[in-house]
Amino acid sequence: MPDGPAVAVRAAGPKAKKRVRSKPQELTTMEPSAEPDWPALIGRIRDHRDRDAFARLFCHFAPRIRGFMMKSGADATTAEECAQDVMVTLWRKAHLFDPARASAATWIFTIARNRRIDMLRKQRRPEPEDLGWGPEPETDQADALALQQDSARLKDAMTKLPEAQRHLIERTYFGDLSHREIAAETGLPLGTIKSRIRLALDRLRHHMK
Amino acid sequence: MMSAMKTKIKHHIEDRHLLAYSAGALPEAFSLMVATHISLCDRCRAQVEAYDALGGAVLEAVTDSSDAGLDRALAAIDAVSPEVTPRPEPAKTGVIPAPLRDYIGGDLDAVRWRPVGLGVRQAILPTSGEATARLLFIPAGAAVPDHGHRGTELTMVLQGAFSDETDSFARGDVETADEALNHMPVADISADCICLAVTDAPLRFNTLLPRLIQPFLRI
Ligand SMILES: [Zn+2]
Repeated sequence: MPDGPAVAVRAAGPKAKKRVRSKPQELTTMEPSAEPDWPALIGRIRDHRDRDAFARLFCHFAPRIRGFMMKSGADATTAEECAQDVMVTLWRKAHLFDPARASAATWIFTIARNRRIDMLRKQRRPEPEDLGWGPEPETDQADALALQQDSARLKDAMTKLPEAQRHLIERTYFGDLSHREIAAETGLPLGTIKSRIRLALDRLRHHMK
Repeated sequence: MMSAMKTKIKHHIEDRHLLAYSAGALPEAFSLMVATHISLCDRCRAQVEAYDALGGAVLEAVTDSSDAGLDRALAAIDAVSPEVTPRPEPAKTGVIPAPLRDYIGGDLDAVRWRPVGLGVRQAILPTSGEATARLLFIPAGAAVPDHGHRGTELTMVLQGAFSDETDSFARGDVETADEALNHMPVADISADCICLAVTDAPLRFNTLLPRLIQPFLRI
């Protein structure tokens, strides 16, 4: 992969250095990530309208969005339209991405899901009240990094689930199950990621006061 | 301002409904309930966002190697002007959280109540037909006599409080009633109670409601 470990990119810049609160050794002992640093690429779109960054995100995510839509029952043409729409939305709304609360894949999933509800179910999906942002637009780098690692671990854990269980989760997200059929038991440890998000929410609430 | 921090919520939305919200599988009325509750409840909001992370993992695992049209997308982003929308300001929460305000067209004073008898009022909110959402106004001290449910009914308190055989419910609390539950909710004497209620069973206007509402003072 062309990018080095995510941390090398994240620690760059004076602002980042100032805001890293974790002990340095924690950052260096993290497991090596083979993934490009997607949040940094989204940041480059936000800050510099970087088309190369967009192209890299597109090549990774657009086929997945297309596949996701087709597994959700869309025909090939509709699925491709959705993938295009979702990626253009990412370009336009890059400034709304908060890496302390979501990985790139998670954020893109939520855009794709909403698009699917528009197109296939033709109804609204009310969104919660926005919590806005703190006075500093920069999110805490250490928290963001930790969240990204949690997300990578979750992805890993999912590939290790027994086939039947993973299949059930996929059917849930592909829209194969009605809300009456959905059971919350996923077999995955979501507690860590949940408490991490909770901390990010607490910080936002604190800023709101 | 009634901030979510000060609201002590005891009764949350069940995980299966939070997961279904994340997966995009809920009928619109139920999504409205979840969006309204998590506007007040960070516990459930974090749970929903954790389920979103699971959705992200599902998306990552999808394999599709076909060309998805990069050139077309690059042309498309050249054509869109950069987003100028500032980051959203935190919403000021009144009695009615923002997602519900969208359906009412304003705050409490914009609700178009219809009397259903003996001081009780309701307002049906426009959602898709698979499930129904309505606001209920129950005068202080009034009771909703013993009734069962078809399907699932979620009731969330927006103002005031009510109690039934199972527990007491205050602002932000959600009671999940399945077919098994027979209960008699009574609004607290201290204030009129306003709730959001959603159900995935057809509303029984003709049979249920006129019999159902018989308020009495609980002294
Ligand atoms: Zn809750």
